[in-house]
Amino acid sequence: MTVLSATTDRENLTLVLVAEFAAPPEAVWRLWTDARRLERWWGPPTWPATFTRLEPVPGGGAQYFMTGPGGERAHGWWRFADLDEPRSLEFEDGFADEHGEPAAEPPPSRTRVALDPDGSGTRMTITSSFSSADALEQMVAMGMLEGLTQAVGQMDDLLVPA
Amino acid sequence: MVVRELDADRVFAALADATRRDIVTRVLRGEASVTALARCYEMSFAAVQKHVAVLERARLVTKERRGREQLVRGDITTVRAAGHLLEQFERVWAGRVERMHELLAEEAEGNPEGPS
Repeated sequence: MTVLSATTDRENLTLVLVAEFAAPPEAVWRLWTDARRLERWWGPPTWPATFTRLEPVPGGGAQYFMTGPGGERAHGWWRFADLDEPRSLEFEDGFADEHGEPAAEPPPSRTRVALDPDGSGTRMTITSSFSSADALEQMVAMGMLEGLTQAVGQMDDLLVPA
Repeated sequence: MVVRELDADRVFAALADATRRDIVTRVLRGEASVTALARCYEMSFAAVQKHVAVLERARLVTKERRGREQLVRGDITTVRAAGHLLEQFERVWAGRVERMHELLAEEAEGNPEGPS
């Protein structure tokens, strides 16, 4: 089990998730700051993400889109607020229009990632907060696709003959 | 989809208050009259009634008049749906963590340059 705990704070619309990896913080850091690696995990298998821009420096931004099974695209952006390689990063994450321009609504969510060495591995703490339930709901609407996709993926795995 | 029907802002705003959360918890266990609820808190009947009205608008409780009493009941569907939002978001992250884990395992297996 890689996710150790997940705590949701309904009052402050915040999710705190702790996960453990066997790899050191430097390796986990690369998953966050290297576009080609990020693309392998940010979106679910049937809604893969493509990062057209990724500038992991304070004030730097990222642009990406996720491509659905029918070729439809969902655009998003990040803005980095703070980076401390390889220990922590913080960014805003919002929706964008088809040109990658940030959408006015809903307001972006804020995610803080802490990568703490834990033996030879890493303990990653994600703190993700939303400024409104609308923003959370929209994120979840996309997440549901992801949840479904994941479930289907797991079913496929089970169907692979041993 | 239940979650789409949920007026999430209303629900979360309603649940942001400790007294209202307490009221929901109580009436989920069993219906209670506004009068009985008012006795549980150090505030006026009118204040408790206001809290109940906020919960009612968020569809977290239903109110029914029976004789002279107004009976308050918790609406488990809305409570579940509200919890569902964050839970779903949690699942999004669980999926990402799983993929990060796989990717790291792959890199550790001798593909340090990562995806080609």
